[in-house]
Amino acid sequence: MNVIEKILAAHSTETVVRPGQIIDVKPDYVMANDATACLAIDVFAGRLNAETVFDPESVILVMDHYTPSSSVNAADTHNKMRAFARKQGLKNVYDGMGICHQLMIEYHVEPGQLIVGADSHTCSYGALGALATGMGSTDVAVAWKEGKIWIKVPEAIRIDVMGAWPAGVCAKDLILKIIGDLTAQGATYKALCFGGAAIGALPVSERITLCNMVIEAGAKFGYIAPDEKTDIHLKAAGRTSYASFTDDSDAVYEQVLTYDVSRLAPQIAFPHSVDNVYEIERFEGMAIDECFLGACTNGRYEDLAIAASILNGRKIADTLRFLVTPASRDIYLRAAQSGIIATLVESGAMVNAPGCSACFGGTGGILGRNEKLLSTANRNFRGRVGSPDSEIYLASPAVVAASALNGTITDPRRISR
Amino acid sequence: MIQGKAIKFGRNVDTDQIIGAHHLSRPSIRDMAPFTFENTPRFVEHFAEGDIIVAEDNFGCGSSREQAPAVLKLRGIGAIVARSFARIFFRNAINLGIPLIECPEADKIDHLEMLEIDDDRIRCLKTGKGYDIIPLPLFIRSILVDGGIIAHLQRKETDTQRDVNLSRR
Repeated sequence: MNVIEKILAAHSTETVVRPGQIIDVKPDYVMANDATACLAIDVFAGRLNAETVFDPESVILVMDHYTPSSSVNAADTHNKMRAFARKQGLKNVYDGMGICHQLMIEYHVEPGQLIVGADSHTCSYGALGALATGMGSTDVAVAWKEGKIWIKVPEAIRIDVMGAWPAGVCAKDLILKIIGDLTAQGATYKALCFGGAAIGALPVSERITLCNMVIEAGAKFGYIAPDEKTDIHLKAAGRTSYASFTDDSDAVYEQVLTYDVSRLAPQIAFPHSVDNVYEIERFEGMAIDECFLGACTNGRYEDLAIAASILNGRKIADTLRFLVTPASRDIYLRAAQSGIIATLVESGAMVNAPGCSACFGGTGGILGRNEKLLSTANRNFRGRVGSPDSEIYLASPAVVAASALNGTITDPRRISR
Repeated sequence: MIQGKAIKFGRNVDTDQIIGAHHLSRPSIRDMAPFTFENTPRFVEHFAEGDIIVAEDNFGCGSSREQAPAVLKLRGIGAIVARSFARIFFRNAINLGIPLIECPEADKIDHLEMLEIDDDRIRCLKTGKGYDIIPLPLFIRSILVDGGIIAHLQRKETDTQRDVNLSRR
């Protein structure tokens, strides 16, 4: 078996599993957030007629999409989640502390775990060697009640990445390039397993960016084998031992793709599809109205640090707004203590409370008609952040910061630091 | 047998288009349903209960929001025909008991055409043209036949209980 099959088998009653097989698995955690939890609560108490969750320790609720509450409906949504959490005795409830995926990675995820979440970007946790995938509210309600859920064992694609990372190019550029090549449905129902020297060279923060966006090619899981960097991250978070899984010698991958990052240029996903990807050269000089640095894709400390290194001592263009939203309270605090937040604010950025912010369109940063947003988020669907007549362009933190400086799409390799 | 007129879409229809983020905090699916495909004039102007969405590849991509298939169900969608479906939407729609039909030639069906769908074929009533369907896997079909995942689980529970009772006799 390959590592994906082995982790799935370990969470089932089977000893051997094969792609295409449908098995019942017992997830380690079942997460929902304020965009999906209320529907799950309705299904749980209503059509499922359930009284108590199977295991209160495994149920995680996060308020992040509409925080701070942006409407009466949002406030009512949050209160409904708080009441459910009290009734069920849930301990893992995060209220305005940041984006669900960042918090899961900071507080819960371990290699070898199987995690289900009512959010499509749950696949992010593969960056730590866990298998995690997004499902809907009914599936999550069923898993809360039963403690198990059916899953189809996916085919796996291995992506070997070689070469030295050029300055100004990062994991966001690689995953955009891969999605452009695979297309928005090229990996539907499959696991994408990243490996090779260039992946080993990436910090955990950028590995999360890679696995976060595999869903944009339709994939079910992203996966990166844990290594010393994973161990350092886990140790810092107080998690020291975990189950270890590796490929068997007869492991089968449906395909093996190879990438060399040494000649990779910054990439941009053009509206309104994430697979509509081009090298930055094509759009250089295009005026934008808003820049957003944040989201579960790129709202980590390292992302903020890159932006600060570009904007240090400089002012953003007065023709645009620059929104910065740390992905979690811990990131916000560290960036405040190290001076990164001060650098960004002095440059002209609006810094927001941790949460999904201008990725989701549930709180601030909403776009008006014909406005253009350059964003570090993971989706550029029509109307996602406001007017259906607005446009969203996706890029790396370095591209967003360099572009905020000039007011037009700018290649960060041209900015002296 | 399902009958209805086609409301035609292209590829990569995402769940944000089906129901926007700012509607998801409304108290119920009933409150969200009037905003289904609110920025898609061909749906807003032409959709009537029983109609069939016909799309190209990757229908329902993006967010896991189950509100997307739920509002379509509440609006009375007859079926969704597509060349292919995104994974999470596929699961969510089957869980809610919405007939999903994979048809490699879905792109050949025209907007507003009257369709008749049986177990293995889609027929256009006006032209008489027929298109083959890729049958759903048995396990998925059994969920759909029961009317969704909850009814399916309840039936399985009843079956198990009956077997237990029979064995006790």
